[in-house]
This record gives sequence, structure tokens and C-alpha cells, in this order.
Amino acid sequence: MSEAISLSKEEILRYSRHLIMPEVGMEGQLKLKNARVLLVGAGGLGAPLGLYLAAAGIGKIGLVDFDVVDFTNLQRQVIHGTKDVGKKKLESAFETMADINPFVKLVAHETALSSENALEIFKDYDIIVDGTDNFPTRYLVNDACVLLNKPNVYGSIFRFEGQATVFAYEGGPCYRCLYPEPPPPGLVPSCAEGGVLGILPGVIGLIQATETVKLILGIGQTLVGRLMLYDALGMKFRELKLRKNPECPACGDNRTITALIDYVQFCGVPHQEAPPEPVAATGDIEPAEVKVKLDRGDPFTLVDVREPHEFQICRIPGSTLIPLGELPKRVGELNQNSEIVAHCKSGARSAKAVDFLKQAGFKKVRNMKGGIIAWSDKVDPTVPKY
Amino acid sequence: MARILIPTPLRQFADKKDSVELPGTTAGEVLTALTERFPDLKKHLYNDEGKLRSFVNVYLNDEDIRYMKKDTTPVNDADTLSIVPSIAGGRLKQGAIRV
Repeated sequence: MSEAISLSKEEILRYSRHLIMPEVGMEGQLKLKNARVLLVGAGGLGAPLGLYLAAAGIGKIGLVDFDVVDFTNLQRQVIHGTKDVGKKKLESAFETMADINPFVKLVAHETALSSENALEIFKDYDIIVDGTDNFPTRYLVNDACVLLNKPNVYGSIFRFEGQATVFAYEGGPCYRCLYPEPPPPGLVPSCAEGGVLGILPGVIGLIQATETVKLILGIGQTLVGRLMLYDALGMKFRELKLRKNPECPACGDNRTITALIDYVQFCGVPHQEAPPEPVAATGDIEPAEVKVKLDRGDPFTLVDVREPHEFQICRIPGSTLIPLGELPKRVGELNQNSEIVAHCKSGARSAKAVDFLKQAGFKKVRNMKGGIIAWSDKVDPTVPKY
Repeated sequence: MARILIPTPLRQFADKKDSVELPGTTAGEVLTALTERFPDLKKHLYNDEGKLRSFVNVYLNDEDIRYMKKDTTPVNDADTLSIVPSIAGGRLKQGAIRV
């Protein structure tokens, strides 16, 4: 992309509220126009980022995503609309961004970011914005940014809390300085399990967008060396000092990471080929079989191990609610000798419940495969999915 | 008594509390008091060797105790300790690197 040295008449009108501020002005707007920003992920964080960075007049915006818009995205991913459900997120996001600002060059990277392609994709951009939703990709983005010496504008969210900072900028601390290793799978709940306030990624994504624009313009104090914590419920912003770890494996004095590694393995996440959950197949029961047993009036207890607020969304008639976390202290409510079927939303928590009950001496315990989602798909479509 | 802030992902192991006041003159003592009060928190904060997990950071006010005196960092009554775990944000489909 050849460097732009002037703005058209239409652009001058469009960016007039920038141009009249001396901190931006013509010089700053041209910096924005000549900037190349890569957004990794067109989800909760990527949505506000895409909207506002396009509006701000960034010259080239790349977007990495291979997902498809679904109904559960719309509560927070405001770049997509109801009409976009089923469409590729890239396509849907670009339609919106192109409508907001046709002067932006949009580049699609319809792929899963990987150790094989990250450096190749990143090399054509000045700033990388991490809007991903999982640990392997976060470490991958970090290491690739450190290796290429490109700033990593970081944001992450959980329920009502968010974090934001700028990593790996001009020798500043990186993600591994903050967290050398990821949590093992299962120890930290994901947003799909834990939920997220729909507005939260808007706030955090726009902090990332603000930092991106400041980096390009070279104005203000960026979040380099500071970790911003946001608590939506308390409506509090807190700031922690972020220090460069001299022993950091990615950016320390004796760095050991000199090329991209296998991040899926590093994060302890099983590869796609691996079975999804360590569930003993013999302990499974199909939803249809549970339905037959219920209709027949078989003597068994159907235990719903989800949380009370999930029970309020939908339930299987005749089920007993004992949340997984309460199972140890409420195990006495169940008869060791009677037959028990456990279920949850999709089968993972109830598998843990089955393991726990077996260890507690229960003999006839089975896990309903696929949880209440599968029940809705295969038995009773009137049960809402969430 | 120092105040210790408990982040959202760990509140389920701490009676859903967002902060507690606990006795202790060092960061280590306050953390020990915390895990004594909420034993379920222990495995989320410490590994099998009894060391703080590498995805859990503890701050005294705005400073990471790793760059102070770690567990022996002195704590005063007016101080606030924060537990700041790493969060990825979003969902992780099994096995797939998703973006």
C-alpha cells in the first residue's frame, strides 16, 4: 500500500471532527489512513473494534475469523444483526464496516490462526489487536507479536469484569510476563459456561480501540506497562503495574521461545481428534431412552446438576435439581441403590457428577448424553436451547 | 486486617464474596488465612507443590508481589491485596483454536 499524502474532499468532510482537533489534525488523520491494523476475532471484542476503527478511518483493517454468526452472538456482537445469522462473521462484519466507511481497505483472513500462518498474516500489519476467546490463541498472538516486534493490544472479558493493556510495545512487558502459563483446561470457566454481560465486550473492545488509535497517532499515555481492570458491577476501573519479567521465556534476557510452538499442546487442550470429554461410554444414556423410561414410569431419579438460574430457563419434567457444586453435601438426598441419571446443559458437568457419584459408591449411575440441548434436539423441541 | 479482593471466576469457591478482611502481616499470611476460610479456593490458587499458580497473580495495591518480596511482602491494615487470574474471554470449543 503506497503511503497516502492527502485526503480527498469527501474524507476531509467525514473526518472533520478529528481534523479540527490539533492532537489529530491532518497529520494524525493521514497516520490513521496509512495504518494497518489486524483484528484477531470478529466476536464480542472484535465487534466494537471493527465498528469504531473503521469509522476512525484506519486505512487497512484485516480480520481473522472463520466462525459463523449464530443467535447467541447477537447479545453482544453488535457488528452482526439478526439478518446475518448463518452468515460468515467476516462477511457480515465487512458489510457493516464498509457501510460505515467505504474508504477503509478490508482484508479477510478466513482461517484459524495457527503457528503455521500467524507470522505470515501478522507481517503486513503495524498493530495486532487480540479479540480472541481462548488461551492457545492468546499465547500464539503474544509470541508472534514479540517475535515480529509488533504491539499487541490486549483485552479479555469474563462475566462482569474485563482486562485491557498493550503488550510487547517497544520492549515493554508481554502477555507471558504477566501470565507465564495458562490455566489447565477446566479450572477457569469459559464465557459459554460462565456467561458474559453483553455490554462488557463493548467497553473493553473500545478501550482496545482507543489504545490502537493512540498508538497510531503517538499521543497520550498508552496502557503499556499498566493492566487496566474494569468491574462493571462496582463500576470501577483499577490499574495495576505491569512489569517486564527478566526471566520471561518470550521477551526476557534469556528467551527460549524463538519460534512459534504448539499452543494447543502448551495450553493442555486436547487436539480436535481427541474425544471431547473423558466420559466413560458405558455410563452414557441417550435422551430418547431417558424419555422412554420416564414415560414407562421406571423407578429412577433424574438429577439435573445445572445451576438454579439455568433450571429457570428450562427443565425436564420430573427432574430433581442438585447443582454440581452442591452434590457433595447433598449426596445424602440420593439413594445409593436406586438408579440415577444425571444431566446438565451439554453433558460435561453431569459426567463429573457421574464420576463423583460412582466414587461415592453409587452403582447404577448414568450420564444423559448431550444434556438438555440434546433433549431439545432429539426428544422435545419445545424445550428452549440457551 | 487487610482487605483481599476476590475476582469473579473464584467467587464461586469463596461463598460468592467479592472481598474479605483477613488478618496477616505478610501477603503469604493473608493468603493462608483466605484458604483456611475457604478451603475450596486452595487448589485454584496453589499447585501441588504449594506454589502460587502461574496464571494467578497477587497484587499488593497496584504492585505485583512477584516483584516485591513474594509471600513475605509486608502487608499493612490499609493495604488491599488483589487476586488477578488470567481470563481468556469467550468460549473455547474443545480442541479447536478459535478466533
